[in-house]
Amino acid sequence: AVVSTQSTGAIVTGYKRGLRNQHSSISLLKIEGVDTKGDTEFYHGKRVAYIYRGQKARKNKVTKRETKLRVIWGKIRRAHGSSGLVRASFRTNLPPKAIGATVRVMLYPSRV
Amino acid sequence: KAVVSTQSTGAAPTHKTKQVQGEKNGGSRQVPLAKKPRFYPTEDSKNPLNNRRKVKPTKLRSTISPGSVLILLAGVHRGKRVVCLKQLPSGLLLVTGPYKINGVPLRRVDQAYVIATSTKVELPAMPESLTDALFKRKAKPTKNEKEMFVENTTEEPKISAEKIALQKEVDALVVPAVKKVDMLQSYLRSRFTLTKGQFPHEMKF
Repeated sequence: AVVSTQSTGAIVTGYKRGLRNQHSSISLLKIEGVDTKGDTEFYHGKRVAYIYRGQKARKNKVTKRETKLRVIWGKIRRAHGSSGLVRASFRTNLPPKAIGATVRVMLYPSRV
Repeated sequence: KAVVSTQSTGAAPTHKTKQVQGEKNGGSRQVPLAKKPRFYPTEDSKNPLNNRRKVKPTKLRSTISPGSVLILLAGVHRGKRVVCLKQLPSGLLLVTGPYKINGVPLRRVDQAYVIATSTKVELPAMPESLTDALFKRKAKPTKNEKEMFVENTTEEPKISAEKIALQKEVDALVVPAVKKVDMLQSYLRSRFTLTKGQFPHEMKF
């Protein structure tokens, strides 16, 4: 699915975990179109945004507009495994309801 | 304390040779001309190390050079394709649409927020006045007590006349260079987008 024209989509598959314990400070993302460890190199360091809605409209500090949309920013840290999954950490940990949700992977900071 | 002889190097004499009496006293001694002060701190203070660091602008990516077409990734002009003019001493890239073609004015941009394409434009020499000083914000004149409650009747134009003039000057140089290349003008008019099935890691810019 095309999330936006200037970013790729990724699905949050869960937190970094062993079978019986999970570490919610690191989320695992499945980036669209990436299925090998080599492909993930492009995305290392790229910023990632989890966008969600709240009940109340708040003023966005950057655009100065009243909006119900809220963001949690993060970045892609490293590959996870050999099948293209990626570890990301966010400024505040992703809420569990984000599991299965789409997250936007920006194209910056760019190294191309 | 071991006395390091500086006499041999030809520097100003710091020690004086004095004859000493007594058979077993070695005959002569090196006495410092300037005596150490009677009171000195209990701990020797270290001299701070020399800072030999030279501030350089950020290392320019090998794919970026004057005349490269870049894709802006963030900000109001995200997705727009622009021409890189040069790297400023602050490290930022100076970029222009050109304004006539896609509405991007003379603007500074960080390398990290830009994708460099392999397309290049041959640029002529640019005016000397393209520096960081061009983008420095002008301080608002402070009002004294009387003027504080008086409405500012004269509106400051958002973009100074000199900037507009400089933009026209630069565009007059860049636009003909762009028109020389086939289809480049319409390329700069268009925006970079990702559509379904397109993945940036598979793309060659």
